[in-house]
Amino acid sequence: MSSRAFFEYLLRLGDDRLVLGHRLSEWCGHGPILEEDIALANISLDLIGEASLLLKLAASVEDEGRNEDTLAYFRDAIEFRNALMLELPKGDFGFTIMRQFLFSVFSALQMDALQKSRNAGLGGIAAKALKETRYHVRHSAQWVVTLGVGTEESHTRAQRALDELWRYTGELFAANDVDREVAASGDGVDPSTLEPAWREQVMPVLDRAGLQVADAGYMQRGGREGRHTEHLGHMLSEMQILARSHPGASW
Amino acid sequence: MVTRAIPSREELLAILDEVKDPEVPAVSVVELGIVRDVSASEAGVEVTITPTYSGCPAMREIESDIREALSAHALGPVEIRVVYSPAWTTDWIGPVAKKKLEEYGIAPPGAVERDELVSLARRVQRVRCPFCKSADTERKSEFGSTACKSIWFCRSCRQPFEEFKAI
Repeated sequence: MSSRAFFEYLLRLGDDRLVLGHRLSEWCGHGPILEEDIALANISLDLIGEASLLLKLAASVEDEGRNEDTLAYFRDAIEFRNALMLELPKGDFGFTIMRQFLFSVFSALQMDALQKSRNAGLGGIAAKALKETRYHVRHSAQWVVTLGVGTEESHTRAQRALDELWRYTGELFAANDVDREVAASGDGVDPSTLEPAWREQVMPVLDRAGLQVADAGYMQRGGREGRHTEHLGHMLSEMQILARSHPGASW
Repeated sequence: MVTRAIPSREELLAILDEVKDPEVPAVSVVELGIVRDVSASEAGVEVTITPTYSGCPAMREIESDIREALSAHALGPVEIRVVYSPAWTTDWIGPVAKKKLEEYGIAPPGAVERDELVSLARRVQRVRCPFCKSADTERKSEFGSTACKSIWFCRSCRQPFEEFKAI
């Protein structure tokens, strides 16, 4: 396996969690109720913590003098490798919860598999992240059902969120040469192998919530190659401005 | 040349036992299982720690508190190694520390549950109110003021309280 492929792979893992973590942090002070405000901020913190560990490992694999902060704050949108689903604006609470659910189940399966990575550093991060992801899944799954069977309004919003997000789920499982290379060496996991288990976990919850999946159709992708929606650039301008205005600052 | 007496592991752990968790000052970083190992040599002290949560904002402060505590004993340079495997678990918190948590007003963690991935209802263990010791309590939220705590309410003494959640 080339270290370039492993670096790319780690960027995907790290960027997924960094971008989603930032999107969730936008709820801080805006949650529908205090407990949810705290819950979303806590989950955001977990994701950003995981991103920090993954990007630190990525920087050490790359070995060109970068670190987790330079990777987070001094790359432009085209250099980010996150899945498109995660950069979409936070939307309403229904959208945020549905995204959390769809991604958290994927993330739990991914981290579970990565615990056995040939790279001990990644294995350790995955084992830690899995513990956190388990309660992220629990939290979002409970909300998906609550919103789905709640009021007409909450059901409509949850269904709309699912309709908007579904076309972005294919990208989570789309494998390219990078995935195949790291999977062959035992360092990473081919995401396409996770899809059956993901469906097995996701579908019963959506059923119980009374939500319908519009399953056929086009799947949007491009994030793994740096082709992003316009939303990522706007998000990064806010996320990166402090670090870029005051390079090297610490507090 | 000044030669230092090299302290034993027990002596080093006693020093580190003075370092409290900044967010839960009732217990030390040794009692919480954050300190995994410590050893000293002519070259200095090496401490191995593991974070509680990936994004725990207290970790940096804990590192600097450990450094400060050891520096006060002039044992030479302090090197802190962070390991992630095996992942931290509340099962490492011993009975004495659990008692201290309860006395401090935080319900101690129960045993770590191993449920399936998507479980719509978490099998909630009974949590005893740290104030009035009643078992008539309910969980208000799995998320609390810090990553490691959840919010509960005691129906008996009508007090909200926090639980150190099992992970």
